[in-house]
Amino acid sequence: MKRIKTIDTRDLKYSKKTGGCGECQTSCQSACKTSCGVANQQCEKCLGNNK
Amino acid sequence: MLHQYKLNGYNIVLDVFSGSVHTVDDLAYDVISLYEKKSKDEIISEMLDKYKDDDTVTQNEISDVISDIKELETAGKLFTEDEYKDLAFDFKKNNTVIKALCLHVAHTCNLNCEYCFASQGKYHGDRALMSLEVGKRAIDFLVENSGNRKNLEVDFFGGEPLMNWDVVKQIVSYARSIEKEKKKNFRFTLTTNGVLIDDDVIDFANKEMHNVVLSLDGRKEVHDHLRKNINGKGSYDTIVPKFQEFIKRRGDRGYYIRGTFTHNNTDFTNDILHMADLGFTELSMEPVVCSPDDPYALTYDDLPILYEQYEILAKEMLEREKSGKPITFYHYMIDLTAGPCIYKRISGCGSGTEYMAVTPWGELFPCHQFVGDPKYSLGNIFDGVQNRELQNEFKLCNAYARPECKDCWAKLYCSGGCAANAYHATGSVTGVYKYGCELFKKRMECAIMMKVAEQANTK
Repeated sequence: MKRIKTIDTRDLKYSKKTGGCGECQTSCQSACKTSCGVANQQCEKCLGNNK
Repeated sequence: MLHQYKLNGYNIVLDVFSGSVHTVDDLAYDVISLYEKKSKDEIISEMLDKYKDDDTVTQNEISDVISDIKELETAGKLFTEDEYKDLAFDFKKNNTVIKALCLHVAHTCNLNCEYCFASQGKYHGDRALMSLEVGKRAIDFLVENSGNRKNLEVDFFGGEPLMNWDVVKQIVSYARSIEKEKKKNFRFTLTTNGVLIDDDVIDFANKEMHNVVLSLDGRKEVHDHLRKNINGKGSYDTIVPKFQEFIKRRGDRGYYIRGTFTHNNTDFTNDILHMADLGFTELSMEPVVCSPDDPYALTYDDLPILYEQYEILAKEMLEREKSGKPITFYHYMIDLTAGPCIYKRISGCGSGTEYMAVTPWGELFPCHQFVGDPKYSLGNIFDGVQNRELQNEFKLCNAYARPECKDCWAKLYCSGGCAANAYHATGSVTGVYKYGCELFKKRMECAIMMKVAEQANTK
């Protein structure tokens, strides 16, 4: 597409089928302790597949 | 739902429910914003008028853009519908395992930081240290309640956890002694002000701690203004050399230099860059959480300054990356391809359900920020969670719990935000801490822009 470039992202709808294992880090546990979000978490399963 | 914004020369379109991110030119940006509101003919007419001085914008060209948008819509990458609402409540209701504990091993501190939410480490109670017996029981409690989860997190927190260091080491040793048999993998974190760091702490933590969080507010004058010892002397000169030695010997293991910014240093980017000048690369800087009456509380007048600071930081980080000297900022870490699944994104932070704080005497609270508030006592590690009504309240805390979030584009990035911040701002864990939302959204815009810029730079 000439005027639209799509960045590689994880398909959230598809992750309904593949996600939910719960092995990921608890959101607030690691660094912030005051202003939680999930955006900077990583998926353990995806990381495992990359290894 | 879409979110469109312009930042650092990029036009960015975020499709909220698929997680897709697009970077587009001005024409496509405008057409996308009109796509659902106007007919094809109306869009063409409006665009021809707006771009009458641009030879490249013809009727055919606009039609092509509309076709491309249609193609992305069909592929589930634009204008996708929300189909997660029921999932949010069901998933959290059925999910009853605990996978993380924040162990308050010391309700006491050797610093007297003015802004401390834990009231100089005591959490509005008496000074106390966790015994080894309580620590071991906390580990057993976590294992017993963790179901099939393999990775368990334990954060040594306080007050100042190094004031009870021998017990920390023995708790780690106990957990390691049972993890194979119990088929678990403990990930320990130490959060410290650094005053008591010595060779023993460095060697042990660098062997056993998955992550260390070291508190430094940035420039000496900023740090020393609020982070003082009990005699009123700033702690910067004591801790900085210790942190530098700690990190020098840490190799590639995780750490964060973590600061707090307040109304006193709204130019906090200078503090982050100061941390980088000291040789640290993994950085975190949090807005202060305090009463609006405190003299250092952030104000609404500060917001435009803070937005600008986040932008300055993002641009500076891109420059540093290009020049081969990258730094990491915790809130700009966003993995668009291997980030959280939809269940994680909708189910909230996990406080009170999969994450709890344990006091020195073994009492359970939904998270470290509720410790000391008797209304929020969940039970204890000996008898388990007893206040099920309270726990159910936290089970309902998720990305769909608040009507105010219904139309917010960022809800799948914050997952409903911090329950403690919501409580302190509104009196309810399902309230909304609007100030925090504004900062969060700005950080997400910057983080996504950086990903767009990185991809543009590699192509």
